[in-house]
Amino acid sequence: MRLSGKATTLLVLMAVIAVAPVFFPSSYYYRVGSLIFVNGLAVTGLVILIGYAGQISLGHAGFAGIGAYACALAPVHLGLHPALAAVLGAALSALIAFLVGRPILRLKGYYLAVASLGFGILVSMVLSNEAWLTGGPDGMAVEEMGLRAALKAIGIDLSNTQFWYAFSGLVLVIGAWLALNLHHSPTGRALRALHGSEVAARTVGVDVARYKLVAFVVSAVYASASGSLLALQNKFITPDVAGFMHSIEMVTMAVLGGAGSVLGAILGAAILTTLPQVLTVFQEYEQLMLGLVMMLVMIFMREGLLPSLARLVRGRGE
Amino acid sequence: MKLFTTTALALVLGLAAPALADIKVGATVSETGPASFLGDPEAKTLKLLVEEINAAGGVNGEKIELVLYDDGGDPNKARTFATRLVEDDEVIAVIGGTTTGTSMAIIPVLEDAEIPFISLAGAIEIIDPVRPHTFKTPHTDRMACAKIFEDMKANGYTKIGLISGSDGFGASMRKQCLEIVADYGIEVLADETYGPTDADMTPQLTNIKGKDGIQAVLNPGFGQGPAIVTRNYAQLAVGLPLYQSHGVASDGFIELAGAEAAEGVRLPGTALLVAGLLPESDPQRAVVTAYKDAYEKATGKPVSTFGGYAHDALRILVDAISRAGSAEPSAIRDAIEATSGLVGTTGTVTMSAEDHLGLDLSAFRMLEIENGGWKIVE
Repeated sequence: MRLSGKATTLLVLMAVIAVAPVFFPSSYYYRVGSLIFVNGLAVTGLVILIGYAGQISLGHAGFAGIGAYACALAPVHLGLHPALAAVLGAALSALIAFLVGRPILRLKGYYLAVASLGFGILVSMVLSNEAWLTGGPDGMAVEEMGLRAALKAIGIDLSNTQFWYAFSGLVLVIGAWLALNLHHSPTGRALRALHGSEVAARTVGVDVARYKLVAFVVSAVYASASGSLLALQNKFITPDVAGFMHSIEMVTMAVLGGAGSVLGAILGAAILTTLPQVLTVFQEYEQLMLGLVMMLVMIFMREGLLPSLARLVRGRGE
Repeated sequence: MKLFTTTALALVLGLAAPALADIKVGATVSETGPASFLGDPEAKTLKLLVEEINAAGGVNGEKIELVLYDDGGDPNKARTFATRLVEDDEVIAVIGGTTTGTSMAIIPVLEDAEIPFISLAGAIEIIDPVRPHTFKTPHTDRMACAKIFEDMKANGYTKIGLISGSDGFGASMRKQCLEIVADYGIEVLADETYGPTDADMTPQLTNIKGKDGIQAVLNPGFGQGPAIVTRNYAQLAVGLPLYQSHGVASDGFIELAGAEAAEGVRLPGTALLVAGLLPESDPQRAVVTAYKDAYEKATGKPVSTFGGYAHDALRILVDAISRAGSAEPSAIRDAIEATSGLVGTTGTVTMSAEDHLGLDLSAFRMLEIENGGWKIVE
């Protein structure tokens, strides 16, 4: 029996997440792993926007910021459980993405990139400047979610890093599953059609502006969820999460691994998350190397690392 | 593929880790990034002092190995490095957290692991409420405010104008100052702010100049902002005494603002800044002179207050290890809390279960800029 591409992707992802801990020399690697999953989730959202719909956003960290600060603020001011706060943050991100995206996405070309860039900077400025609410640039504490304690009560005793490895891994698998389902749905086909050619898509009856908006809103929810996960895991959050560099990092991860493929994008997230850990000695040159990697991929592997390698392997096989 | 990166990572780390050292001290500071002017002297100081201590035979006869990471000022990275220091490098204590943001991100990791942590950041939130394993060396912004208000009160200024930066430092200090200003019988008549990258503060200063009854102006801020404020202040000929914060207590500030514009500006600074001006009888004189000479000889750069924070953190730690007579984190924690009369660059440190900073107002010296140099006014 031949497995579909979707099932293969999910199986590979789950297998790697489950087996990797066997090779971890210390529990610090769980932390790196969970960061990969958190970034991977945001990047999976970008696969829908960049890979499926062919739109670029340079402000997705803004949505991550909204998700993160929802988890920090809603429990304090509204008395919500942190997990519900994450849902609230996602709903808020979706609403904002809808309102912001509606006028912008009617425009062609680079308007979305520029407008989303402005949006991301706006969010990070509000988070920095409204210190009475957000604690300003020094950040604020985030309440404990309590799930780990609940697991302990029923006999599953995980360390903090282990718990977050498992939990964010699970969320990533769910996120990847939803994204893959979308790919094979009528909406996904419409998105890919407008990616190929907007004019052609419109000719065959695709409501271009509407589907771009759908992709934008869905990817904003992914970014928001990733921000929430980060806030809950770190139990402390600063406006850096919404910063411009974070937006750029997300796009770089997606494009490096292969924006058209969920697994590729997660691979991109894995590489760019582990790189600074491996190259601690070269911290000064991190941005430089990021730029270099990006240029090389753009020149030699325009589809991204994973799809290009897969093509190479397949090409040899024939 | 991820498996591959993980194994590769493990391999690289395995190769990079040197042979087992006796006492492993961890540090994560912001050597690069927006806070590098704080983190860079901190990193240099830590390396320099560890070398010095090891050359002198180490602590309790054992050498110190410093595991130093650069978090680039990113709290998320700082937290990851803190996890790495605890879980992978298995250090017995951590110094670092150059900024308040990175320090606050590190705290939960080390409190969980019950490893002592000495922060190098300013905010009072780090040690208030007191957490069992968290300490810090720089004075709080609140203490700088108190020192400034004491000086204002002594000079009979009761109505002041405030112009603060909206960066982390400026915003935090503004908040702390406003909280305690009433205790000194001082009233804030104007409260202006500017962005961290603004190039001109003339409008805000014109507002302050236009307010009747203001007797002095205070500028909590960091980096280039206060230098621009000082220059604009002179250009507008506001003609009132100007107070700057400890955030700009460096020779670089005078250079940036220009000696002429900065003439007469007062600010609270540490003994380190005026090492040469301290009287022979000053208890800090020996410590700050020794550190200043060593740092400037090793790096060829002028010593900074921020490097002094790292100096004090390592001294407190080493003192605690030698008193504890063991390198057990819990024993070190207890010994740090019992630190008493330790003379550092920022002041004389005496900690207790309720006070994990251990400095009082005497740690600050009121300084005035005179002819492009410093003068102690007490």
